[in-house]
Amino acid sequence: MSFPILSFVTFLPLLGAILLMFIPKDKKGALYTISLAVAFITFAVSLLLYFNFDAKTADPQFVEKGAWLGYGINYHLGIDGISLFLVLLTTFLMPIALLSSWSYIQERIKEYLIFMLVLETGIIGVFLALNLFLFYVFWEAMLIPMYFLIGVWGGKRRIYATFKFVLFTMLGSLLMLVAIFVLYSTYFKATGTYSLDLFDYYQMGLNPGLQIWLFLAFSLAFAIKVPMFPFHTWLPDAHVEAPTAGSVILAAVLLKMGAYGFLRFAIPLFPDAVTKFLPVLVILSLIGIIYGGLMALIQKDIKSLVAYSSVSHMGLVMLAVFSLNLEATEGAIYQMLNHGLSTGMLFLIVGILYERAHTRLIKDFGGVSKQMPVFSAFFLIAMLSSVGLPGLNGFIGEILCFFGIFSSSRLFAILAISTVILAAAYLLWMFQRVMQGPITNEKILSYRDINKREIGYLVPIVVMMFWMGIYPQTFLRKMDASVTQYINRIKSKEKVFVLQPKSPADKPVKAKETKPR
Amino acid sequence: MKDIFWLIPFVPALSTLILVLFGRKLPKKVVSWQACLSVFISFIIALISFFSLLKTPPESYPIVKNLFTWISAGSFSANLSFQFDPLSAVMALVVTGVGFLIHVYSVGYMAHDKSYTRYFTYLNLFTFAMLILVLASNMILMFVGWEGVGLCSYLLIGFWFEKHSAANAGKKAFIVNRIGDAGFILGILFIFLAVGSSEFTAVNQAVLGGLIARGGATLIAILLFIGATGKSAQLPLYIWLPDAMEGPTPVSALIHAATMVTAGVYMVARMNLLFTFSGTAGNIVALVGALTAIFAATMALTQNDIKRVLAYSTISQLGYMFIGCGVGAYAAGIFHLYTHAFFKSLLFLAAGSVMHALSGELDMRKMGGLRKYLPWTYPTFLIGAIAIAGVPFLSGFFSKDAILTQAYAQGQYFVWALGLMGAILTAFYMFRLIFLTFHGKERLEPEAKKHLHESPKVMTIPLAILAFFSIVAGYIGLPVVLGKKVNIFQNFLEPVIPPASEGHLSMGMEWTLILISVVVALLGIYIAYVFYLKRPGIPHSIVRRIPGVYKLLYNKYYVDEAYNAVIVNPLIKGSEIIYENFDLAVIDGALNGSASATGFFGRALSALQTGYVKDYVLVFLLGAVIIVGILLF
Repeated sequence: MSFPILSFVTFLPLLGAILLMFIPKDKKGALYTISLAVAFITFAVSLLLYFNFDAKTADPQFVEKGAWLGYGINYHLGIDGISLFLVLLTTFLMPIALLSSWSYIQERIKEYLIFMLVLETGIIGVFLALNLFLFYVFWEAMLIPMYFLIGVWGGKRRIYATFKFVLFTMLGSLLMLVAIFVLYSTYFKATGTYSLDLFDYYQMGLNPGLQIWLFLAFSLAFAIKVPMFPFHTWLPDAHVEAPTAGSVILAAVLLKMGAYGFLRFAIPLFPDAVTKFLPVLVILSLIGIIYGGLMALIQKDIKSLVAYSSVSHMGLVMLAVFSLNLEATEGAIYQMLNHGLSTGMLFLIVGILYERAHTRLIKDFGGVSKQMPVFSAFFLIAMLSSVGLPGLNGFIGEILCFFGIFSSSRLFAILAISTVILAAAYLLWMFQRVMQGPITNEKILSYRDINKREIGYLVPIVVMMFWMGIYPQTFLRKMDASVTQYINRIKSKEKVFVLQPKSPADKPVKAKETKPR
Repeated sequence: MKDIFWLIPFVPALSTLILVLFGRKLPKKVVSWQACLSVFISFIIALISFFSLLKTPPESYPIVKNLFTWISAGSFSANLSFQFDPLSAVMALVVTGVGFLIHVYSVGYMAHDKSYTRYFTYLNLFTFAMLILVLASNMILMFVGWEGVGLCSYLLIGFWFEKHSAANAGKKAFIVNRIGDAGFILGILFIFLAVGSSEFTAVNQAVLGGLIARGGATLIAILLFIGATGKSAQLPLYIWLPDAMEGPTPVSALIHAATMVTAGVYMVARMNLLFTFSGTAGNIVALVGALTAIFAATMALTQNDIKRVLAYSTISQLGYMFIGCGVGAYAAGIFHLYTHAFFKSLLFLAAGSVMHALSGELDMRKMGGLRKYLPWTYPTFLIGAIAIAGVPFLSGFFSKDAILTQAYAQGQYFVWALGLMGAILTAFYMFRLIFLTFHGKERLEPEAKKHLHESPKVMTIPLAILAFFSIVAGYIGLPVVLGKKVNIFQNFLEPVIPPASEGHLSMGMEWTLILISVVVALLGIYIAYVFYLKRPGIPHSIVRRIPGVYKLLYNKYYVDEAYNAVIVNPLIKGSEIIYENFDLAVIDGALNGSASATGFFGRALSALQTGYVKDYVLVFLLGAVIIVGILLF
């Protein structure tokens, strides 16, 4: 067997976290050096995934599979065109998030860094796991560091925010756990074999009645994570209270796990239920787009404004996901990456402001551009990326999403395009109030412009924004095969049932629908 | 040499890049030279491409240069590819030619500004985006330019962002434009679905080949036109342009008069087959154009701010261009675009020169009698005013007359009549401006008078050049009544724009129409002369007699106020109400078990508010295990 690259990428951060435990907590330099080194190596190794990724193969690559606990609970990792860039996004942003923490996090630095690295392992694991049990383990494991990151290093109302965050997420994921067990038992009853392998489940035809309940359970977990309207209220609170790096990772990567869950599990596993619930899901997504935009318009806190903008943007992603066609799905994945970059950067920007002002209320600012011209340029780029200005990344995702949505439904596309106007309105208005106009608050005169470290971690994001906006082929072509297969999988309405689930290569044998019990 | 044209946009792009990366370290002189030179090089490449285009047989138009596949996914694809044909050539020459002169003028105008480099960075970026817009070979890439110029407009209107009004105007321009853009994107999507491509050649073939139904064509054309009303400041989205005058004056000249605002006209002309095929859409375009032309002209009558008069005049003139396009005389519309680029940028730059002389004064009530102090600015301003008023033998006369004649010939008498009324108003308000500014009593502030001076050569020479073109530019588009061959402009555009279906006008009728235009122009000037020079009491007595009308015009029909009251405020108030009563009260209320969420759910959750998340999780986990157990066995 070749080098287990996926395991390496997944667990290197965890190893780094363990290593950190042996470093004295007052050695800030050493702690940061190690965690940054770990994050950078993880990123570098994950780049190998990109370069060695075979764009022609739809199935997972670099697969690692081994027995673990028995009874179908296997260790099974793999990466395909859907998860590839989400993993890269995570490994790309982690060093940036760590760099941004240097001056922001002043206490319990050691624990903080440990949690950040553990979080990375959890997130990457979620994107790579192909065994449902393993997936669930990562899904839940990732909650723990996040819980502490907000709860310990958060703002004034951090306990409330953490409580809300955990409550919402737990609610969803426990139902998902039940659904996973139901799947497990159904599979066992049908075949006499234990399996939690996602690809075994793909080939299993479930009766539509059962699908509905399972789909609802899975969907709830994912919809809360996205978050879709009306499960979104945990997000603004979590964001407002989280430390900068926590917000960055939360917005850029954690939310994507919800959308990813739909693409990987909820939709391909339960295609009949999807068809049934499509109208509801589509309408919730649409409400999310418009509602999120309107709410963003009136927020007084910059962070909660950006949080509501996430609700709106992710609404578009979900609407594209539910359009169930190739263009929209690639657009949705692309838009997830865009949102990761643009919103991640916006949170970094807000963090930079906060470090100087110790406030995030829009009314406390005004005229900052004059005092911080370089910062202003970065803020502008982040904003324009989020608005979807052509030439930057956001546009590619938006136009593909719009096109895909439009192919499915004219009306929905027309409604969704309102995001183009709303996004410009809430972001530009905020930018005006914070950055432009005369300086009214004297404290602003003491802000210094961003330093080299801050420029250093913003520049890579800007470079990626332009790259993704000007030459998207780099990214889109790697997705083709997997997304096509995904679309075919849900489009083929035939109900198939597996008799011999030995290896995924075996052709599934068609069988009669199972009767509801 | 045939396909070097695609380099035209990239020279200013390179300059922008250099200014962004190293601009802060470069001396002012280098910045000025580089910025101007890059546009000049573009202009030269455009000229070379133009001449090589003349040598290319029209059958092989457009010349296409495909760089690479830009976006593609499934059935969606867009190339980074450019095309060159007579229409793009005209636009590219106008953008780089006028753009270059305005760059040069800016060197003088902005000389003392702190953010000199930032200014030229934006200006170069704008030139790049505008050239992408006019050279793109498909609608998606065109949209890139479209949004790019919008961005630069935002940045340059808000250039002095420390001023609330400037920051506000920039934001307003961007958001209002986005409303139009939403329509534009939808139009593109419809085209894509119908044609399977957004390349202009493919779209044109689809229209000619009957692939698009007439109803579909109308829908698409109207959606695209919504985009145009945003960018080209037509009813009902024109409201951003007057405020855009907050930007530096050369910006007003380049972006908000000569080039960017004409993008909508260019787009409609580019899609002329579609608009003509639809018919209905063409009529709508003509009507909106005519209404805008007269509506904006009435607002220009009462403004005291010299730049605002010019802004309303621009909106009005853009209306004329749309009349041309709407009645099927696309070539006449583009012709007016081209002459307007000269005389309107001249007017703005000359106004800038007046401001420069008066230390930034904009209010015409504080001017008067300036003609003897500004020996260069005055005559050039006057030439611009004569040209726009439609006095014979200057460029504006030929182009405006071509539009109105065509409107009449196509039987659009209502549109023609509106246009004619607009013309008389145009002549009137332009000469009101001239008389108030340069003639009559001096009403200068003493402080301003002390510093009164004519602008430096770097500003007056561009004025002189533009004045020259304002006079002669029209001679390549002489009226058809003088012979078919003399309208070189229209013949040149013919491969892109098939001439309008021949209106049946007799020679006599044509001459009559021309005569009417002339009379109208002269009448407008004469009235202005009487009102503002001969009997300056008249305007006041009119205001006294009809104070309501005056107030209505002076306050621009209260359109901004109406939009705020009907759209903006309800949206914000409504969102606030929803936020407080739904997001905070219902959803969170349910979660928190606050008083608003009663019943089991509320009680169950309020028990959890003690914070014992662990207990809760434990209970839930237990429940889950029990359910699983039941299901498994």
